[in-house]
Amino acid sequence: MTTAHNQRDAARGSRSAQDRPPLAVVGSQISQDEELFGRAFDPWVIKRFMTYLAPYRRQLLIGLGCVLAFTLTQLTLPLLVRAAIDHALADGASDLSLLQIFVGAFFGVVVLNYAANHFMETLIGRTAQRLLFDLRRAMYAHLQVVSLSFMDRTEVGRLMSRLQGDVYALQEFLESSIFAIGDLVLLVGIVVVLLSLDPALGGLTLSVLPLLFLVRIVWLPLARKAFMRAREASSTTNAALAENVHGIRAIQELRRESVNFDLFEEKARENLNAHLAASRYTNVMVPIVDTLTGSAMAIVILVGGSMVLDSALDVGVMVAFLFYVQRFFDPIRSLTLQYSIMQRAMAAGQRIFEVMDVEVEVQDAPDAEDPKEIDGAIEFRDVTFGYETGNPILRNITFKVNPGETVALVGPTGSGKTSTTALVHRFYDVWDGQVLVGGRDVRSVTQDSLGRHIAMVLQEPFLFSSTIEENIRYARTGATRAQVEEAAIAVGAHDFIQRLEHGYDTMLDQRGANLSLGQRQLISFARALLADAKILVLDEATASIDSYTELEIQRALARLLKDRTAMVIAHRLATIRGADRIIVLEGGEIVEQGSHAELMASGGLYARLYRMNYASFDDIPADEVAKAIASGERET
Amino acid sequence: MATASRSAKRLDTQVDGDYSIDVSKVDGNVLARITAMAFRHRWRMTIAVVTTVLGGLFQLMVPQFLGQAVDQAQGLLRDAAAGVSGQDAAESALLTTALLLLGAAVLRGVFTMLHNYQGEAVGQLIGYRLRLDYYRQLQRLSLSWHDRVHTGDLMTRGILDIEGVRLWVDTGILRSILLTVLIGGGAIVLFRNDPVLACVALSFVPIVGVRASVARLKLRDTWIALQDKMSELTNVMEENLGGIRVVRAFAALAFELTRYDKISSEGLAIASRRVRLFVLSTTQMTFVYFLAMGLTLWVGGTKVAAGDITLGQLTEALAFMLILQMPVRQIGWMINSIARASTCGGRLFNVIDLEPSIADRPDAKDIDLTGGVVRFENVDFSYPTWAMDERTLTGIDLEARPGKMIGIVGPPGSGKTTIAQLLGRYYDVTGGRITVDGQDIRGVTLASLRTAVAIVQQEPFLFTASIDHNVAYGDPWAGRSSIERSAQTAQLHNYIKALPNDYGTLVGERGVSLSGGQRQRLSIARAILPDARVLVLDDSTAAIDAATERRIRESLKEYTQERAVIVIAHRLSSLMHADEIVFLEAGRIVERGSHDDLMALGGRYAKLYELQASTGAEPATPRSGPEDGR
Repeated sequence: MTTAHNQRDAARGSRSAQDRPPLAVVGSQISQDEELFGRAFDPWVIKRFMTYLAPYRRQLLIGLGCVLAFTLTQLTLPLLVRAAIDHALADGASDLSLLQIFVGAFFGVVVLNYAANHFMETLIGRTAQRLLFDLRRAMYAHLQVVSLSFMDRTEVGRLMSRLQGDVYALQEFLESSIFAIGDLVLLVGIVVVLLSLDPALGGLTLSVLPLLFLVRIVWLPLARKAFMRAREASSTTNAALAENVHGIRAIQELRRESVNFDLFEEKARENLNAHLAASRYTNVMVPIVDTLTGSAMAIVILVGGSMVLDSALDVGVMVAFLFYVQRFFDPIRSLTLQYSIMQRAMAAGQRIFEVMDVEVEVQDAPDAEDPKEIDGAIEFRDVTFGYETGNPILRNITFKVNPGETVALVGPTGSGKTSTTALVHRFYDVWDGQVLVGGRDVRSVTQDSLGRHIAMVLQEPFLFSSTIEENIRYARTGATRAQVEEAAIAVGAHDFIQRLEHGYDTMLDQRGANLSLGQRQLISFARALLADAKILVLDEATASIDSYTELEIQRALARLLKDRTAMVIAHRLATIRGADRIIVLEGGEIVEQGSHAELMASGGLYARLYRMNYASFDDIPADEVAKAIASGERET
Repeated sequence: MATASRSAKRLDTQVDGDYSIDVSKVDGNVLARITAMAFRHRWRMTIAVVTTVLGGLFQLMVPQFLGQAVDQAQGLLRDAAAGVSGQDAAESALLTTALLLLGAAVLRGVFTMLHNYQGEAVGQLIGYRLRLDYYRQLQRLSLSWHDRVHTGDLMTRGILDIEGVRLWVDTGILRSILLTVLIGGGAIVLFRNDPVLACVALSFVPIVGVRASVARLKLRDTWIALQDKMSELTNVMEENLGGIRVVRAFAALAFELTRYDKISSEGLAIASRRVRLFVLSTTQMTFVYFLAMGLTLWVGGTKVAAGDITLGQLTEALAFMLILQMPVRQIGWMINSIARASTCGGRLFNVIDLEPSIADRPDAKDIDLTGGVVRFENVDFSYPTWAMDERTLTGIDLEARPGKMIGIVGPPGSGKTTIAQLLGRYYDVTGGRITVDGQDIRGVTLASLRTAVAIVQQEPFLFTASIDHNVAYGDPWAGRSSIERSAQTAQLHNYIKALPNDYGTLVGERGVSLSGGQRQRLSIARAILPDARVLVLDDSTAAIDAATERRIRESLKEYTQERAVIVIAHRLSSLMHADEIVFLEAGRIVERGSHDDLMALGGRYAKLYELQASTGAEPATPRSGPEDGR
C-alpha cells in the first residue's frame, strides 16, 4: 500500500514519468472574450448611439469646429516658416521688418492653435466621459425594471462586462472618431498644400503614401491576429492566477501545487511568446515607416534641391516640404487603427443596445392604485403560469390565504412553490387567471405598493456590503437606530451583533461573507421584520445550521410570523407542522391541502412523503417521489 | 510600506494584509533589484542598450542632413557668384546627402526596432519570471496569510503590478538613455553651430520636461482615485444585479438608484477633473513648444539675415526641435514609470520575500506510514495575535485508529474546525504535539502529510473545469474507473450520468450549477479518490439530507474499514454512531464516550440531542446501530 502510494506521489512531481497526461487544467476553460470584432459600420448601432449623443449635439459641433481650427493652424505653421524664409531671408535680400511680421503671425497662429487645442480636448474629453456615464446609467436603470426572467437567464458577469467593457468601447469610439476627423483633415490638408505649393514635387513626394497604405493593409489583419492571441493569452494566464488565489485552500489540501505550477508555466510561456510575437508585428512597422519617410525626404532633397538649384523652386518651399513630410505618416497610422476601434465599438454597441431593448414585461398600469392599507389576504384564482411558452409551471391554481394565516407550501423540487411565491409579488405576470393581494388584482396596484405590503425572505439571505444597520433598514430607509435595534432584538440577532467589534456599524464583506449562514439569516429576518409588512413571503433555507442557531431561527420565525399573513416554502418539518394550513403542490397543481393532522389522516401524498423521513421534501430523490405519486394513483 | 526588505526575511504571520498604494515615493532598492533582473538577460540587454544609442545617433543625423541639403540647394547661387561652376557638383552633393539621409533613416528605423523589441523582450521575460515566482509563492504561503489578504489585492499585484515592473525596462531604462543621447547629442551639434540659437531652440526642453513630470504624477493620483471610485461602482452594480430579487422584493429601486447616482456622479467629477488636468498639461506643453519654435524662427532669422548662420543651420535647428518634441513629452511618462515600477515592485517583492510560516523543515522526511494512527497529545493552540478571533484549544488528547471513527461536536466557535486545520498542518500547534504513526507532523514533509490526511470542507471550492477534472483534482492520473467509483461512493454518480455530457460537464459558470449538497458530495468524491490514510469530514455533510448521508456512509464502509475517520458535525445523526464522540466547548473536551455513554451521562451532549429532536431540525432518526440499514 505504502509503496504504491509513494510511487504515485513521485509521479506527481515529474509528469513525464507517466504515460498519459494528467487530467488537469488550470484556470477557466471558457474563453472570456465574447465576439470581439463586428462589422466596422453598423447603421443600427450608429442610429441608437446618436440618440445618446443628441443632448450633447452643441458641444460636439463646437468640438468638431475646434478640431478643424486646430488642424488648420497646424497646417499653417510650416507655411509661415516658408514665407519667412522666402520673403524675408532668402536671396540675400533679407528684410527684418517682414521677418517681424511673419514671426508675429506665427505667434498669432500659435495662440489660436493653443485655444483650439484646449477647447477641443476639454469638450471632447468631458462629453465622452458624460456619455459613458449616461450610457451606463441608462443600462443599469433598465436592468432594474427589466423582467426577472431575463435576469434569471443572464449571468451577472456578462452584464457587468457589458456595463463596463462595452460601454468603454463606445466611449473610446466617440473620442477617437472625432480626432480621426481631425486626422483625415490633416492628411487631406497636407496633400492639398503640397500639391499647391508645387504640383510636380508634391506628386512625387506623395507617391510613397500609397505604398504605406498598402503595407498597412497587408499588415493589419496579421497583426490583429497576433494581438488577439496576446490578449487571449493574458486573459487565460490571469484566469489561472485567479484560480490559484481563490482556490488556494483546495490546492494546498489536495497538493496540486506542482501539477498546477507546471500547467501555469505552460500558460505563462504561451503568454510570453504571444506577446513577443505581437511585439514583432508592432516593431516591424518602425523601419518600414522610417524607410518610407526617409525616401520621401530624399526625394524632396534630390528633386526639390535640384529645382532650387535651377531656381525653379523657392528654398522655403523645400523647407516646408521637409516639415510636412515628417508629419504625414501620423494621421495614416491613427486612421488605420481607427478601423479596429470601430469594429470593436460596433460589436459592443450591438450588445449594449440588445440589453436596452429587452422588454419590460411587468409594468405599472397607467391607473394603478397605491393603497395605503391592505387587509393581508392572498388569493389565487385559476392561475396558470410558466416561463417558456407552451410549458406551464403552474396549472389552474386556486387557493386563498386569510389575513393572519400561515400557509406552508410543500412539494418536491420543481412542483412550482417558488413560482407561486414570485407571483404574489408580481415578479412575473400570470398567463391566465388572477392573483389578488388584499382583495386587489396585483396588476391593478403599483409594484411599489406591493413592495411595501409584502416582505420577502429569500432562501439564501442576500446581504449588501454596507453596515449591519444599513442592511436591516434596507426596506425602510427612514427607520431610526432604535427601531433597527428593536427588530434585531426581536429576532434574537442583537446579542451577536453587539459582540462584534463595531456592533451595528460593522461593515459586511461582499454578500456578508464575514458572518455565518445562521447570522446572515437572522439579519435578513430582522430586515423583513423592520419592513413591517402585512404579508410575509418566506423561502426557508435548506442547509442545516448548528442546533443552537437553529433554535434561535425557529424562535425568530415564530416572532416574524405573528400577526401576519404568511406564505412559507417550508423545508423544516417543525415549520410545516406549525403552519395553519399546508398546501401540497405536485407538477404545478395543488394535490391536497389541510392541516398536518388532517393530511396525515387522509394518507395522501403528504403522508407518504412525510413517512419517508427526509429532512425536507426537496431532498427526496425523484424516483421515490414518482413511486409515492404512483402508489397514490393506484389507490384512487 | 513599499520597501523590499531584503535583509531579515519576514514570516507571513508577521505582516497584515493591507498595503496602501504609495504614489510618489521612489524606492531605490526596488529599482536596483528590477534593474539587476533586467541585466540578468545580458545579451538582450546589451543589444537593447547599444541599439538605443545607435538609433538615437542616427536620428540625430537627420536634421543635419536636412540642413546640409538646404545649404547645398542654395549653394549654387553663392558659388555662381564666386565664379565656381558646379551645377553638376552641387547636384551630386545633393544626391550624396539624399542617400546619406535615407541611409540614416533606414538605420535609425532598424536600430529602433531592435531597441523596442529587445526592450520589450527583456520586460516580458522579467514579467514571466515574476509571474512564476509570484504564483509559486502564493502556493507556498500559509492559509493564515491567505485568510488575511484580499483576493482582489492579490490579483492586482499579479496583473497590474507585474505590468508596472515590466514596463520599467523600456520606459525607465532605455527611454532615459535615448533621451540623454538625443538631447545631449543635439545640444552639442546645435551649440557648435550657434550657442544662442541652441539655447532658444532647446528652451522648451526643461519647461516641458518638468511640466510633464508634475502633470503625470498628478494624473496618476486622479487615476488611482478614479479606479477606486469605479471599483466602488462595480461593487454596487454587481451586488444589485446579484441581489436583484431582494431589491425588487423590497421595492428598493429608488434607493438603489440614488446610491448608484451618488457614486457615479462622484466618479464623473473625478473623471472631469482628470480631463481638465490632462488637457491643461498637454495643451500647455504644445503651446510652449510652438512658442519656442517661433522664437527660434525670430532669433535664427535675424542671425541668417546678419549672415551669422546659414539658412541650412536654421532649418537644422527647427528640424531638430521637431525630433525632440515627442521624447521630451515622454519625460513625464518616464518619471511616472519610475514611480510606478517602484511601488509595483515594492508591493510584489513584499509578497515574494515573505517566508511561509508553515514549511518543510530542512531535515524533513516523507512520512513513514505504517498503521495510520493519528494522535493529538495534549495539544494547545491559539491563533497568532493578528486574528480577531481568540479561539484556542487547550489540552486536546485524541487518538484515531484505522477502522475507527471519532465524532467531534460542540457549539459554534468551540474549536472543532481548528482541530482539522491542525491535523493538515495549516497551522502549527502552540503546545503539545500531533503525531501520525508516531512521527511529529512538524518533522515530515507537508506534501506527504497532506497526502496522508484528506480533509473535506463545509464550503468546498470547485474549479471551473469538467466534473471528472474536479473529482480527480487530488490525483490527476486517476483512471476513469476510480473516478466513477469515488463518485458512486459519494452518491453522485447517478446525477452525473444524467447530465448532458456526464463526466465531461463543466462545473460553474456556463456549466451546471450544483446545489450545496451536490457540491459537498463532489468534494467528498474528490477527497477519497487519492489514497489517504486519514479522512476528516469537517462539517461537510451539512447541506446533504440525512437519508443521502446515510447512503454515503453505507458506501464508504469499505473505504473507512482501513482508515481512521474524524467527523466534525453539528447534526448528531452524522456522528452519533462514532466509536468515540468528544464534546468540545471553548476549546476543551468536556465530555467524551460513545453515544450511549453520553446519553447516559445526561450532560451537554444529551441536552443537544434533545434540542435537535424537539426543534425538528432533523427527522428524529431512530438509532439502530452504527449502520442502520434501510
